[in-house]
Amino acid sequence: MADETAPGFGASAWLIARKDLTVEFRTKTAFFSAMVFTVLGIAIFFFAWDSTAVASIDLAPGVLWVVFVFSGLLALQRSFSVEQSDRAMDALLVSPVIREAIYAGKAIANLLFICAIQLIAVPAVALFYNLPLGRPLLVLLGMAWLTAVGLVAIGTLFASMAVNTRLAELLLPMLSLPFFVPLVMSASYASTKLLAGRPAAEWWPWLRILIGFDIVFLVACTLAFPFTLEE
Amino acid sequence: MTSVPTSAAAPRADLPPATLPRPFGALFLLAVLAVIGLYIRSIYFTPIEAVQGAAQKIYYIHVPAAISAYLAYSLVALGSVMHLWLHDARADRLAESAAEVGLVFNTVVLTSGPLWAKPIWNTWWTWDARLTSTLFLWFIFAAYLVLRGAIDEPAMRARFAAVLAILGVLLIPFIHMSVYLFRTLHPMPIMLQPSAFQPNNPAPPLPPVMRTTFFLGMGAFMLLCVALVVARYRYAALRDAAAEANS
Amino acid sequence: MAAPAESRVHAIEATDLVRRFGRRHAVDRVSFSLGSGDCLALFGPNGAGKTTLLRLLAGLLRPTAGEATINGAALRSDQDARRNVGLLTHQTMLYPALTARENVRFAAGLYGLRDPETAASEALALMRVSDRAEVPVRSLSRGLQQRVSIARAVVHRPRVLLLDEPYTGLDAAGAAALTGMLRELRAAGAALVLVTHNLGEGLAIASHAAVMLAGRFTRFDDATALDAAGYGAEYVQLVMAAEGARG
Repeated sequence: MADETAPGFGASAWLIARKDLTVEFRTKTAFFSAMVFTVLGIAIFFFAWDSTAVASIDLAPGVLWVVFVFSGLLALQRSFSVEQSDRAMDALLVSPVIREAIYAGKAIANLLFICAIQLIAVPAVALFYNLPLGRPLLVLLGMAWLTAVGLVAIGTLFASMAVNTRLAELLLPMLSLPFFVPLVMSASYASTKLLAGRPAAEWWPWLRILIGFDIVFLVACTLAFPFTLEE
Repeated sequence: MTSVPTSAAAPRADLPPATLPRPFGALFLLAVLAVIGLYIRSIYFTPIEAVQGAAQKIYYIHVPAAISAYLAYSLVALGSVMHLWLHDARADRLAESAAEVGLVFNTVVLTSGPLWAKPIWNTWWTWDARLTSTLFLWFIFAAYLVLRGAIDEPAMRARFAAVLAILGVLLIPFIHMSVYLFRTLHPMPIMLQPSAFQPNNPAPPLPPVMRTTFFLGMGAFMLLCVALVVARYRYAALRDAAAEANS
Repeated sequence: MAAPAESRVHAIEATDLVRRFGRRHAVDRVSFSLGSGDCLALFGPNGAGKTTLLRLLAGLLRPTAGEATINGAALRSDQDARRNVGLLTHQTMLYPALTARENVRFAAGLYGLRDPETAASEALALMRVSDRAEVPVRSLSRGLQQRVSIARAVVHRPRVLLLDEPYTGLDAAGAAALTGMLRELRAAGAALVLVTHNLGEGLAIASHAAVMLAGRFTRFDDATALDAAGYGAEYVQLVMAAEGARG
């Protein structure tokens, strides 16, 4: 048709991301539950540890990343379930949109969702655990976002698989958590050193692993995604 | 009790055709004999190691089991790639079979390791790169089997499992790297018992008697691994043929 | 070697199309072709394979054998050719939390339309739901949701439209709007495949009629010359004979 252009990768991905975020914004349930879970989790960890035995500044990073992972999973769960209710996925698959763009769009939406949670969680942790404010906190936020990219790359792919199975809510964590471990490990050690005021040379190798993980698994999961769609 | 017809009646529809081989054959028997031979030789005919004592003999099972697990997991990766590329159900059957067998050997590694480590290192477990990677292989392939169990449709099950297997294989280097980095930046406490089999020290050369036992162990376990994969594959073929006949 | 006498590209063409699930042939060697402006009404009992055939034509399923092309292009390898295809089923494929307008505008964006807003408004007006366009779809009745779904399916003015029981849930006004829209599309040169249980509605707009039983076309007729009542009686006979044979 004269008024059509082939939808580009970026445009399609952004269209799908916007759609997902609009749906999420309308219903708000997932965002609020993830938010509440995050803040509650951070608080509970604080009470679970004896703060006289372990310095809160040593505890904070570990708590941060563990809570991120589990609230991130809450976000990822609903990523593909939104397409299930009336088989909206069929409409996406019938359209000329490139399959990988569907993955990219959903990953972007998930990333923004998780980053929004982190924007609130990181200050919350700083507040509860008396962390130094200022530049270290900004670098911490940067680390959080790098970690989020890896979480989202893996989680979006496995969410696409899990939604088709009988044990969706159980399978997504079971599949994803082994993959989240290098992310959490690297982020945790890097942020511990950062908050302890260590020089960048000590936490930079961990960031390198994070970045390497993000790149490798973004590519691998994008390539794997079409295999998770109906044949 | 209903009697079984003895005349040459038409084959029942729910049984697979007679041309498919039975799961356990000569290869498996040979493998079992080899393993029994290994046990006998390692317990009665191999000397006890001077420093570590009798516990060292777990080595003849532990290392071969680890190699067998890696062999099996490589077959899973191979089968997964072949399946995604060729859409062939046989490649998926290979992956499925090798995954179960690999998980069994992996469990042997993870249980024999602590049994060996406790008398030698005075600790059940240590988070060094190799142990952690082995543990994560276990997690991934346990998840692999759970995933397979959660999907009814055969084509989808094969595809999803293949994707997980390939990604899982990609993950292991990252686990290894992360833990290795952790170890170099955080020196571990010195083990309480001095031993030639420290995590970061190379093992001294084995005397010939022990070396022979070790190679027997390698041969026996790898033979068992292959025999089990073959048996499990045949079982899967029989099961799929029966399911098709009934559908 | 002589060139083929006729190499006209058909709007919809199926050549020896087969789709197997395990051993079951859901679609068993179906061949037909439709030109632009044609409409095939496809009848058949539940489980005959009509939905599977439609999904094969839409490029949602991979054929086990054979080929399905739209304007000469195989949709599974030529993603761009999907611009000409629309799909409508009894599932609305809508996002309940979004408004009707947002849903249709999203679909317009997926097809790369230069002015999605105008196209969406036109499609909604065509199906007479413009007055409820700013309401979240989940608060609309089933019939209105189906109308929005139809608007979504035709917003990009497809040259080929595949419909699977599209009249489900529609009231008389909605059905009339749909029939009118289908006639318009046909007049503009679009080719349609319409799966329906309603013989009358199907024959009213069809140029061809087919009966599908157990994955095959048992009949394929030129519908313009058909007597609806007679056809109906023959159809019932065919279906009952098939069910009797299956026992």
